[in-house]
Amino acid sequence: MNINHHLDEATLVSYSAGALSQGMALVVATHISICDQCRQLAEANDALGGALLESLESETVADTMLANLLAQLDDTPQEVATLAPVKPDPEIPAPLSDYIEGSLDQLEWKSIVPGVAYYDMPWEGRGVSRLLRIAPGKSMLAHTHDGNELTMVLRGSFSDEVGRFCRGDVADLDDQIEHQPLVDSDEDCICLIATDAPLRFTTLFGKLVQPITGF
Amino acid sequence: MNNKPPGEDLDNIVQMSQSNMGSSDWSDMLASLSESADKRVYAKLFHHFAPKVKAYIIRLGVNGGAAEEVTQEVMLSVWRKAHMYHQEKAAASTWIFRLARNQSIDWMRKQKYPQYSLEEWSDTAAEPGKGEQEVLSDRVAKAISLLPEKQSQVIYMSYFEGRSHGDIASRLDIPLGSVKSRIRLASEKLKQIWGGEYEH
Ligand SMILES: [Zn+2]
Repeated sequence: MNINHHLDEATLVSYSAGALSQGMALVVATHISICDQCRQLAEANDALGGALLESLESETVADTMLANLLAQLDDTPQEVATLAPVKPDPEIPAPLSDYIEGSLDQLEWKSIVPGVAYYDMPWEGRGVSRLLRIAPGKSMLAHTHDGNELTMVLRGSFSDEVGRFCRGDVADLDDQIEHQPLVDSDEDCICLIATDAPLRFTTLFGKLVQPITGF
Repeated sequence: MNNKPPGEDLDNIVQMSQSNMGSSDWSDMLASLSESADKRVYAKLFHHFAPKVKAYIIRLGVNGGAAEEVTQEVMLSVWRKAHMYHQEKAAASTWIFRLARNQSIDWMRKQKYPQYSLEEWSDTAAEPGKGEQEVLSDRVAKAISLLPEKQSQVIYMSYFEGRSHGDIASRLDIPLGSVKSRIRLASEKLKQIWGGEYEH
């Protein structure tokens, strides 16, 4: 896949450290699953985690733990590596497919304004975690954020102040940037997005709809 | 295969595990567990890794009895998943770190930490050689101690406390962008140490 926009190294480090919110980690895992470049960086960061684990001062473990485990091993089958199951929908990368039944078109999209709909991921927590579906020629509301925002394109494309984003690309932005993505594909643009803090809309209209959409 | 009742060799095993081993030996050992399902090998791995896994889990914020419980779960999954360990792709410490991280998060959030599938690794991707992985495990901890304190601090807060960029920013009272650039600088320097293999 020809990917032009990648994850920030600081985001990849946080992913490996286990420090990302569920929503942010989902975008990272989804991008890594189709991006060799970011996956190699993630593997290196996991190796850093392994080295840090090795460097820790040992903690006393109960004497009985090993005996407990040894007693369980005979009844604990070793898992055999299986080929990845055939994905029902090649448009949905594996990490995301855990949370989506059927195709992107079959989701129960909720409309915000004409041409803009969303589908929330099934968890609560810090920030936003959802799919956004935006019609050709429509723009997402201009906004800034207090934290990080990840946007990965699954279908279609958009352009903003940073550049043009197509399937597989990820926009990894922080609070330095105010942006207003405009969909420039012929079909709807569907993105997986996550933030680690609530968005702040910068237009009056955005401020009015914010309480309703729960962004 | 070892057909002795569980625990019989315990004393011997404890003795053996006290010898001084390099990280590549642990990777060899985990690879051999993956082939032989030998309980003596498993016990050696346990003695080396379980106390470190527990230390890591406690730092992440899992306390007391729960830390013991999660450690046991992690070590059980070392046995269950040993077949999926590939020495050429990761050092034993890397692989066990992933298990410990994922299971601690599962426990704390009651949610599975989203993971990229290891089975999907494409064959075309350039993979780090075994040698480089091992060098990494042995040297990185030392390398971190050489970083400027501001940089090692954000690495520790990420890996050992599981803090987000925003959380680190408010704790240190610095802008979000500074947290990210410190992490980037630290990561860059650490990677230079093992030879520019992972340049962006
Ligand atoms: Zn990438």
